[in-house]
This record gives sequence, structure tokens and C-alpha cells, in this order.
Amino acid sequence: MPYIPHTPDDVRAMLDRIGAASIDDLFDEIPNSLRIDALPGVPAALPEMDVARLAAARAAADGRPLNFIGAGAYEHHIPAPVWALVTRGEIYSAYTPYQAEASQGTLQVMYEYQSMIAALTAMDVSNASLYDGASALAEACLMAVRAHRRSKSARILVPATVNPTWRRVAEVITEGQGLKLDAVPYDLATGCVDVKALERHAGEDITAIVIQQPNFFGQLEDVDVLTRWARANGALVIAAVNPVALALVAPPGEWGDGGADIAVGDAQPCGVPLSSGGPYVGFMACRMEHVRQMPGRIAGRTVDTAGKPGFTLTLQAREQHIRRAKATSNICTNQGLLMTAATIHLALLGPEGLGRVARACLARTAELVAALTQLPGVREVFPGPRFHEAVLKLERPAGPVLDALAAEGIVGGLDLERDFPELGHALLVCATETRTTADIEAYARALGRAAA
Amino acid sequence: MSQTPADLRYTKSHEWLRKLPDGTIEVGITDHAQQSLGDLVFVEVPEPGRHVAAGDACAVVESVKAASDIYSPVAGEVTAGNPKLATEPELVNRDPYGEGWIMRVKPSGGAATETLDAPAYEAVAAAGG
Repeated sequence: MPYIPHTPDDVRAMLDRIGAASIDDLFDEIPNSLRIDALPGVPAALPEMDVARLAAARAAADGRPLNFIGAGAYEHHIPAPVWALVTRGEIYSAYTPYQAEASQGTLQVMYEYQSMIAALTAMDVSNASLYDGASALAEACLMAVRAHRRSKSARILVPATVNPTWRRVAEVITEGQGLKLDAVPYDLATGCVDVKALERHAGEDITAIVIQQPNFFGQLEDVDVLTRWARANGALVIAAVNPVALALVAPPGEWGDGGADIAVGDAQPCGVPLSSGGPYVGFMACRMEHVRQMPGRIAGRTVDTAGKPGFTLTLQAREQHIRRAKATSNICTNQGLLMTAATIHLALLGPEGLGRVARACLARTAELVAALTQLPGVREVFPGPRFHEAVLKLERPAGPVLDALAAEGIVGGLDLERDFPELGHALLVCATETRTTADIEAYARALGRAAA
Repeated sequence: MSQTPADLRYTKSHEWLRKLPDGTIEVGITDHAQQSLGDLVFVEVPEPGRHVAAGDACAVVESVKAASDIYSPVAGEVTAGNPKLATEPELVNRDPYGEGWIMRVKPSGGAATETLDAPAYEAVAAAGG
């Protein structure tokens, strides 16, 4: 049976009814230069057996390396019930069904997820998730411009300590809407935002500042000082945070005097495997005063006409299917499947379990840094407290060292030279609770050989 | 049956205009418009000092089923948005021509939107415009 059930006679009858000669005529407003006849690189259809063989070969090429890279995506243990539950037929979908209120279970999961994110970030309200952390940051920048009506500049300060991939994604998504994302340098001695450099922007019209905590180097920013600076200078505060770290560090809602305005991040560390880079799941929470500028879906709890509790999608009047081009955002859905995984993961861990994971990460990274800096020529660059990540300096360029480690099945970290040439031969390393002492010793031995 | 006071001017996009003694124009939405929208849950009013052209979308009224733009009928500078609407959007439903006013604009004399008198507006509203 063909995928499209219409017979040629059906198609002819429909075209005749609307006065079109062919199906192609329906698309004639799209210029020929934008149309493609073929998909280069996409092979012809393959039988199932060949597809399975191809997929197995690709997966084997990835291997199962011993991983010491974080840089925005983290390898954590995912309890077996998480994906056993997520893949059940009742919830195994990325989508909110049409007539969403008929699927009360789906809406309840959203509501529980939102409650967890709001509690973790100490913000008033969370949406039902976005695509990933990087696009959530972009959405937060756009949202800040909508929310801060007195600011006319559409200018966002994005310190150099913010994840450079997130910055690039945010630039691509926001530049067409006239936003300017300006960098603020960091202090080479601390690896944190240079407050003196920030002070040079005092008195300017700045819509918002992004503060990542812990920052890309794993260092803890002085979020209270930065948040107060933003308040004093009339800028909104966009917090970019890691959900596991929030078990230990102050949540955005408690930063400075009165907290951040918008908090975003990637919930990948909560139940979502690395999967070679995605899909992940972005989260976003904000102060109640900004809720009408928040993109995406929000599930609310209410009562029906009989007074029974129930769940409903709320604030839909500003979404695309109602408000068209004037919608708050082009996002009219959420990352439903991975949001469900994150919700189950967080529910299984609970606050105590999440805290234990975070403390284990802290201890493992400390153990890793201690082991690696025993090696000659390897030293830690920044002296302050860190979470997940550490920056190490080598005597040789990191690229060839990482290649040698990869040949031994070890992903040794991220080479920082491309994005941070001022750091010299620097490597960003990470160890989560999934790394054992034996793993760390194996890495240290291999690095000793590779960097010697 | 909706009210259409005879002393006001109206637009085809369902705003009303009242000329205040100081020459500023007070703008709101008509009784017909608020009935069509249903219970308002939020009104976004413009910031004072904003310069608008006639026909600019400068406020938003949101009900549970729709969010609609309010257009400035004249060119000029916004002198006030109704501050009460932030916490009491229902004023627009309860008293659309009084306490439910949305904004005041000081006209700068540029082009203005075509306005109607009450009978002409009633005809537009009755025709489902």
C-alpha cells in the first residue's frame, strides 16, 4: 500500500475541482532556484537488513571510548527505569497531541517537569521545555528583548566564559531579528568574568546580560556581584545553568538582590544519553512578571466544571497557531520525549540523589585534576572552585595529544585553542560520577605517554 | 446589545477615541470588541514616551482564546498606558469606555486613521467587521 492513499483518479478529481493542472502547480510560487530535484548524499532506499548493517557499522565507528569531555554535555548514570518507562507506548512520542487536554497524562508530566525545573532554579514559572540548552539561550535573548520594553538597544552582553557553541547558536538564531550579542572578556587569572571590563559598559543601554554558572571553564562566577551590576545598570539577567550543579550552588532565583529574570539550561544531564550530540532538551524558567513573553508551551493545573483537578495548556493565545506571525516565538511545541525522561530521572533521584550525584562529580573532577597534574608539564590554569570541568595547560598543543589518546580509546577532553587561543595549549577536562579511580589512573598513564 | 456612545469617534478596527481637554486622544476598545473577545486575562499597554504612527500596533489585549493588537488611530507620542490594567484587565470588559481605557496619545499632526461616528461604527459592527 502506498504511503499516500490517494489514487491518480482521486488526485485528478481534486486538482480539477480547484482548477490546477498538476500538483507541481500548487508550489509554483516557490522560485525554481530554491527547488531541488534530487537529494545528493541520500542513497536510494535500502532493505531493512542493509539499514541495520549500516547503522551497526556507524555505531561501531563511534566506539565506546572512556570519556573525559564535558563542555556542555555530560555522561551521567541513567537508572534503568527511566528509559524502560519512557519507551512505553502510552508516552513514547515527542509530541503533544492535538486536543492536548484529552491526554491528561501527557499534560501532567509537563506540569511535574515544570514544577521540578521551577524548584531547581528557584524561579516562579517554567515552560514545558525547548529544543536544547543552546537554542534555549537564544530564546532567552529574544525573550529579554520583548520583556525589557524600556531598553531600545536589543543588545545582550554575553561574556567570553559562556559556552562558545551556545553563543554561536544564539548569534545565528537572533541576528536576523536585529539583536547584538557583545562579548565581555574574562580575567585570565581567574577564568571568570572581568568585572572591571564589565564596568566599562556602565550607563549604556543594555537589554540583558548572560551569566553562566558554573561557566564554560567550570569556574564559579560571582553571580551576586554580576546580578547586582545588571540591576544597577537596568539590564535583565539571563542565567545559564547546569541542573546537576544546582544541587550545590545557589539557584538563579536567589542571585544578587532579587534573582535572575530568566534561567535556561540543558536538561541533558538528567536522563538523556550523550547520543553523539543530541537530541537534548532545553529548559527555561522565569519570573512571573515575564511569563507572557516566555516562548513555548506551559501546562497548568486547574479544575473542570465538576470541580475535579485537571491539567490544561495555558497562555496559548500567544502561540503561532493562534497569533501567526505575531506569535511570541516560532516554537509551538516542546521536547516532549526527553522532557519525560528528565522528569522520571529527577523523580527517581530526588533532591538527595541529585545532591549525591553532584558531590560525586565534584570529587571525581578533583581526583582527575590531582592525578593529571602529577604529570610533568601538566598544570591547572585557574585556582578557584570548579564544578564538572577543569582547564589544564600542557606543554604541547592539545590536538595531537588528544589524537594519541583517542587511538587508545580515551576521549581526553576538549582542545580550547580554537575558541580560547590566549590560554595556549589548554585542555578542558571533566569527570562525572561515572568515572572510577581505575578510569582516572588509565587516563593519567595514557596522558603521561601522549604528552611526554 | 452593545453600547456605542454618540460622543466618541470609532475605527473600523474597533478602537474608540475620546479627545481630552488637553488635546490628547484617549483610546480604548469598543463594547462590541470586548464582547467578541470574551473575558480579558491580560492587557499589555504601551510605555509612555513611545512615538507611534497611525495604524501602529501598540497594545495587546489577550483573552483565553485570542491575543489581539490595538492600533493607534493617530500619529504622536504615548503619554500614558492605563496602569490599572496590569492587575485588573477585566476593567476593559466591565467599563470599556471609562475605567477600561487603554492608552493616551498626544497627536503630532501626522496622518490619522479614518474614524467613524457612532451610527457608522454600529453598521460596521453589525456587519461583522
